Amino acid sequence: MNAVTNPPKLHDCRDAFVAVLERLGAENPKVVAVCNDSVGSSKLGGFKSKWPERLVNVGIAEQNLVGVGAGLANGGLLPFVCGASCFLTGRSLEQIKADIAYSNANVKLIGISSGMAYGELGPTHHSIEDFAWTRVLPNLPVIAPCDSIETAAAVEWAAGYEGPVFLRLSRVGVPDLLPAGHKFVPGKANLLRDGDAVTLIANGTLTHRMMKAADILASRGIEARVLNMATVRPIDVEAVVAAARDTGAILTAEEHSIYGGLGSAIAEVVVAESPVPMKILGVPGIFAPTGSAEFLLDEFGMSPIAVADAAVELIARKAARA
Amino acid sequence: MQPNDLEGIARQIRRRDVQAVFEAGAGHIGGEMSATDILTALYFRVLRISPDEPKRPDRDRFVLSKGHVALALYVTLAKRGFIPEDEISTFLKPHSRLNGHPNCNKVPGVETNTGPLGHGLPVAVGMAKAAKLTGAGYHTYVMTGDGEMQEGSNWEAISAAAQFGLNNLTLIIDHNRFQQGASLADTNNLAPFGPKLTAFGWDVTEIDGNNMAEIVPALERRGDRPHCIVAHTNKGHGISFMQDRVDWHHKVPNEEQYKIALAELSEVN
Repeated sequence: MNAVTNPPKLHDCRDAFVAVLERLGAENPKVVAVCNDSVGSSKLGGFKSKWPERLVNVGIAEQNLVGVGAGLANGGLLPFVCGASCFLTGRSLEQIKADIAYSNANVKLIGISSGMAYGELGPTHHSIEDFAWTRVLPNLPVIAPCDSIETAAAVEWAAGYEGPVFLRLSRVGVPDLLPAGHKFVPGKANLLRDGDAVTLIANGTLTHRMMKAADILASRGIEARVLNMATVRPIDVEAVVAAARDTGAILTAEEHSIYGGLGSAIAEVVVAESPVPMKILGVPGIFAPTGSAEFLLDEFGMSPIAVADAAVELIARKAARA
Repeated sequence: MQPNDLEGIARQIRRRDVQAVFEAGAGHIGGEMSATDILTALYFRVLRISPDEPKRPDRDRFVLSKGHVALALYVTLAKRGFIPEDEISTFLKPHSRLNGHPNCNKVPGVETNTGPLGHGLPVAVGMAKAAKLTGAGYHTYVMTGDGEMQEGSNWEAISAAAQFGLNNLTLIIDHNRFQQGASLADTNNLAPFGPKLTAFGWDVTEIDGNNMAEIVPALERRGDRPHCIVAHTNKGHGISFMQDRVDWHHKVPNEEQYKIALAELSEVN
């Protein structure tokens, strides 16, 4: 018999972002928001109504969006450059490389509606390449928070950090997983649940699915470790090596292509430091069919039950090697 | 500093630039020669800058968007005291901070990293916008190549600058009429630039960009709108056999050509 429980409240992490941004804006007149006509989708309406002159809207022009952000930082301001992640990273990648990362501009890039948040709008609007594009750039922390608490903490940290940051947010509702008052530490994974049979690692909208998968595994008598790994670069080498050593198998899941993202970053560490069987879940190198983000995550084998089944197979591979 | 004095400095900068290209065996000599007079006027007359305090918040900004003529900027910065003059001899050498495109984190006086074309103007728009938001009194200058204006990002920035009313921004187009492979006219002819900038809501001044008497007042002009100086220049200016020859975009002079170039640029001429 399954117990009847109230479903957890889901949060749109953009709300947590703008709540902190507006607080920072009140405290520090140097905080400015920069957008590409995306006032609504970036939820900057509140910021705009409070400080209309500090909302710099360059129009639908993403190369200029990022370049202007770099120039505002050069002029002593603290710009949060917001745009749909697919356009912010895809259209402006060279600006992110040259004007932001290589120039070490103190700009916070906020990729909104990342992953497959724009599900039904199709692959042009999916941002399932952005980890791969950004994590190869030196000097640019790449962060995908898992809930509203981590989002708020990461925005707070980014504002105080002197240098470029790419923060990858979704619009898909997620339950809160981290404790209130959580402090964000870049490059450090959070242990959400411990176990010794396998380690499940995710970030963004996948972390809560991993927790549900771990529940399913526990109901089958399998104890999984669950790590939330918001920072894709710099990757938490210590946590990955410990996971390999302690559990002997690592399964990753991400709202991103299986090529070049979180799973790849972890695999680079595993191969070099402590080879163990791995399974990387994500978008399998195709342009996704029509469907909502939640539908597509299920479609690509990232429903909690599918993740649990994949973990069981992985554990069998581990056993076969022993 | 008066135009006559500036012309002497520009000649010295050209000589040092040509020497460095010859010694390094690389450089973008044609565009360096076309831009040198404007760089000289900026650094020795117009820009309010302090070599001892290169990050002073109220400094005027200059962005060399045509970053491939970095050597001309390095020589100018050295002459103005931002970097040691003898460091020019390290240009392009292993681990030198003077690589083929300027690096703001290594070379004092450089504001943002350029190299890929079409980057400097958007960043300069951000600098000018920041001054408007903070009330800072600095002026922002940016120099692009004429071929560089084929990059669409520039036109995003031109439109935004007019929308933002950035009368604290001056764009200098080094209109030497040649790009890497051919003339502008034979490639993607954006000329005439003036009417296009005017249509976007900018003030436009057309000058001889190798004539100090025209350069200085144009750079010092202030108005109600963003200002574009269409600087009609000569690729390879000052060296007869290079002038207006597309192959001198990044060709390196041989020994004989080097001697002729230095002689033509000598101060007694």
